Amino acid sequence: MFYSIEELVAQSHDYPSVAELMIATEMDNTTRSREQIRQLMARNLEVMEQSVKEGVAGVHSLTGLTGGEAKKMDTYIEAGDFLSGQPILEAVRNAVAVNEVNAKMGLICATPTAGSAGVLAGVLTAVRDRLNMSRDQQIDFLFTAGAFGLVIANNAGIAGAEGGCQEEVGSASAMAAAALVIAKGGTVEQASAAVAITLQNMMGLVCDPVAGLVEVPCVKRNALGASQAMISADMVLAGMLSVIPTDEVIEAVRRVGVQLPSSLRETGEGGLAATPTAVALKKKIFG
Amino acid sequence: MPDIRFHSVFDIIGPVMVGPSSSHTAGASRIGKVVRDIFGEAPERIDVYLYESFAKTYRGHGTDVAIIGGLLGMAPDDPQLPDSLKLAHEAGIKVTFVPKSDKVNHPNSARIVLQKGDHKLSVLGESIGGGNIRITELNGFKISLSMGTPTYITIHDDVPGMIAAVTNIFSAAKINIGTMTVTREAKGERAIMIIEVDAYEPEILAQLKALPHMVNVTFFE
Repeated sequence: MFYSIEELVAQSHDYPSVAELMIATEMDNTTRSREQIRQLMARNLEVMEQSVKEGVAGVHSLTGLTGGEAKKMDTYIEAGDFLSGQPILEAVRNAVAVNEVNAKMGLICATPTAGSAGVLAGVLTAVRDRLNMSRDQQIDFLFTAGAFGLVIANNAGIAGAEGGCQEEVGSASAMAAAALVIAKGGTVEQASAAVAITLQNMMGLVCDPVAGLVEVPCVKRNALGASQAMISADMVLAGMLSVIPTDEVIEAVRRVGVQLPSSLRETGEGGLAATPTAVALKKKIFG
Repeated sequence: MPDIRFHSVFDIIGPVMVGPSSSHTAGASRIGKVVRDIFGEAPERIDVYLYESFAKTYRGHGTDVAIIGGLLGMAPDDPQLPDSLKLAHEAGIKVTFVPKSDKVNHPNSARIVLQKGDHKLSVLGESIGGGNIRITELNGFKISLSMGTPTYITIHDDVPGMIAAVTNIFSAAKINIGTMTVTREAKGERAIMIIEVDAYEPEILAQLKALPHMVNVTFFE
């Protein structure tokens, strides 16, 4: 088991990959066999794919606050006239799709949470064909992301109620960035730097769900979290480094989370949830 | 070394669940399911006390629906989960939700009180993120149950020799016990053992259930 990013990086050198280290650790910690572990992850991948497909086709939440916007992005990409790049926009579309399905109480795979489930599924389904990833490589992608996520979870947290959205979409975006770096042929040290760079920008992000629903701003934060994972990965692959070591960044995220007042930790009392429009929406939805 | 609360890659990638929140929906339903399994029978009455973030957002996050779904025995990916309140009503179970303003140890906390005749159970559960949970109090006793390792929970009469009888079964099967918590409702009434083990052996469950004075045994992976 690894308890820090430093240990994860060091231990991974004894294995063919970070994914193999994660699988070996899982076998040590549980009663499951290697085949069972890979099968469970394959099932998670299937649910991710299905939620992307369902959301892109167009869904709507019970409240009507969110839905139909993954489809809008799909049409926009089809038209082919956009400012940024197609892989990023596909990641954005797919992330929105998953969280629109989540908002309507559809079936998703939490990565690390349901409110942040769009990021990892979004980037993986946007890059897998471009990188010619086999089914096994896609499953490895999820083990890699899980390894980095596990360290973040144990040293900071993954609940908006504990530490704000920086620990939900922030963690999701960081672990997605790390998995993207490895999938593109980067080193585990570069993956670690991508985690640090991503979390530095996500730090302080509050959890302020409008009307206490996992819809606004959650769906669009997943979209932007996915785009940031792609950019962070490209930054480190270009040779950029993080000045502050990754473990120190994660500890800083934990400290910032502790300092956030309760109104900004998933109580629906601060931030966007306290705007006049949000207050009016809450009254309209719940009376 | 940090406080290790997450042990498995599937705590991070997973669970597969119906939305919208892993802590407020999947975690809440898991707490409900564990409480139901410990109770061992269908309750007539369910009182749920919600604290902090759970108290503020339970309707928007579907926490109420999820806890009742779990108490009806549903897993986080059960497609019937959104209909749980209706199903409980149809089954004649009386359900109340009470948002509380008290400060508690974790912002996502729920106290669940189940009743059937004289049989009563009170459990405090915490949803710590990503659908992962901790049970921290059982009938007023402080416990720590993370559900991250294979765990047996036994409910039995509070008579001498029960601990020896139970541990003998694990010993004979060469299964190592990691941690063990023993608690009881009152002297001479019902007692509870929470046993975290290193391996699962299917036959053990039946052997434990067959012990004299054993009321109920459940296993969680």
